[in-house]
Amino acid sequence: MSETIKTHPELAEIFNKDEERVDWHDETLWWIRQKRDKSAHSIPEWEQLRETASQIKNNVLSDLANYLLAFEKNAKANGIIVHWAANAEEHNQQVHSILKVHGIQQMVKSKSMLTEECHLNEYLEKHGMDVIDSDLGERIVQLAKEPPSHIVLPCIHKKKEEIGDLFHIHLGSPAGTSDPQVLTETARQHLRETFLTRKAALTGVNFAIAATGEFVVCTNEGNADMGAHLADVHIASMGIEKIIPDRKHLGVFLRLLTRSATGQPITTYSSHFKKPRKGQEMHIIIVDNGRTIQMGREDFRASLKCIRCGACMNTCPVYRRSGGHSYHNAISGPIGAILAPNLDMKKYADLPFASTLCGSCSNVCPVKIDIHQQLYKWRQVIVKEGYADTSKKLGMQLMTFTLSSPTVYRTAGKAGRWVLKHIPFAVNNQFNPWYKHRDMPEAPAESFGEWYKKNVTDK
Amino acid sequence: MSKEKILAALRHNQPEISALPVNLAFERDESINLVEKFRVIAEGIGSKVYVVAGLEEVAALIAADFPEAKRVLSTVAEVVSSAIPAFELHEDPHTYADVDIAIFKPRLAVAENSALWITEDRMGVRALPFITQHIIMLVDKNTLVPDMHAAYEKIGDTDYGFSTFIAGPSKTADIEQSLVLGAHGPRSMTIFMH
Repeated sequence: MSETIKTHPELAEIFNKDEERVDWHDETLWWIRQKRDKSAHSIPEWEQLRETASQIKNNVLSDLANYLLAFEKNAKANGIIVHWAANAEEHNQQVHSILKVHGIQQMVKSKSMLTEECHLNEYLEKHGMDVIDSDLGERIVQLAKEPPSHIVLPCIHKKKEEIGDLFHIHLGSPAGTSDPQVLTETARQHLRETFLTRKAALTGVNFAIAATGEFVVCTNEGNADMGAHLADVHIASMGIEKIIPDRKHLGVFLRLLTRSATGQPITTYSSHFKKPRKGQEMHIIIVDNGRTIQMGREDFRASLKCIRCGACMNTCPVYRRSGGHSYHNAISGPIGAILAPNLDMKKYADLPFASTLCGSCSNVCPVKIDIHQQLYKWRQVIVKEGYADTSKKLGMQLMTFTLSSPTVYRTAGKAGRWVLKHIPFAVNNQFNPWYKHRDMPEAPAESFGEWYKKNVTDK
Repeated sequence: MSKEKILAALRHNQPEISALPVNLAFERDESINLVEKFRVIAEGIGSKVYVVAGLEEVAALIAADFPEAKRVLSTVAEVVSSAIPAFELHEDPHTYADVDIAIFKPRLAVAENSALWITEDRMGVRALPFITQHIIMLVDKNTLVPDMHAAYEKIGDTDYGFSTFIAGPSKTADIEQSLVLGAHGPRSMTIFMH
């Protein structure tokens, strides 16, 4: 393919043009991170919960083939139709063919990051199907023809005035409306009409229980339930890693999920779908799309433990200041940066570098994924495989040269101090990426080595 | 075809078996007043809670709180009256689109998050707790459990077609993180604890 993909730094630069918005984005997400802390700290057994969740997920990954078979068997016994899809294309075809069989051309869809990953909407639209996203945030970005910028807060990058404009154009609300209450009511009326007229509903899956063949969908808005319970056909799409062994394990995960995500004690709705209702058809599509490959990468398989809470994004200093779209992947942020290179190492070679490796992501992860260590490991893989960009490679080579010779090191240090002192404009300019959004430091009069030689006389 | 491919790839790539944690018992403060804990959390997420002596108090409070409600229905026989008709089953869930108030009796109430566990047999139809403009829950204090672990212990392996935990009115904060109650489901939740 000849399409040029903008890298994380290039896209972040676009986002950073509006400094005020960056500050707002940064502060809003940090506020959510603080709500998460408050919520987590109110549970004395929090760390034990995280450890237990991590162990359950480790067990699931180690025996996933058997769990999936058990889940399929039990779901079928419950009257659910089960499909398997090796990749995005096959998943999209399966959704399309289910709709075709029923002669349905319009579908309502609740939040499913998997369908974003598979680009289901584009696929169905190309085949003449109409899809309406029912999660408010997702509907907003759908109207704006943008992908979600956050897995839990899809339009966190948008200001209410922009949303008012979108609703004015697409939903006919009065111009200049920006009150969230009024805008939400507008969407409620518009989507209620959608729920009442759609014959097919697609939902995601938060957890699939191997022992019972049921699946759990969590929402605050009630949109998954409104769609599913009113439609003749319910399709649920799930990645293979959504399995948990028993119902009782939900106790652990439902306690962690929203406290980690937004600081809420639980989502408004945690719906357990076990059997289709009378006269309804219920489908589950179990999707691989690269997950079995990630399973084979020993250093990165733990990324499959993710329960999509978004805590790593909210806490990440790079995500907060670069925005979700700069990751050019359905899943953004630190977790997206370790999932994406598995799908396409060349296209996403930039993402593991979009991190300070501060480790905050790993500290808040409710299932204890070693996110920052994986980011560091991906960098090594990407450089070794030859996908690192040229300036990075040159920089590294220059650094190696400088650090391996004491003479070169001392000379380079001296030169640097001289430049900063006498001709600061040589580095305080747009050609120096470090200078963007920063001032260069004042040059010290001498290096530590020089100071030491002068002041410490006894050898 | 894809099924076999996925399973074969997994069997090849899965790590060595790692044991499931057997102990799901977590420390619990047994001195907590569950009614009080439930009430504080429920109000914190936007529910209205009445602690009542008996269900005979309910009708008057509903009439006072929802003077404009037109279509009210109850799936709970104890509170049915001339003002509160009993739920009647229609096959097509769309016929409940104009319900203003629906009354239910959940099976469990969880103190730590105010979630109410309600199985399909207590919903009338699955769509009803979601499509109604306002939802009313009659919660027996004896169904209170401290946390989600205790809830799932009670739930065990009961069979149901559909069941859900509901905690508060439907809500969203998708627009600039401003909390708005009444996203797609009920605009309010009223809980009568007896």
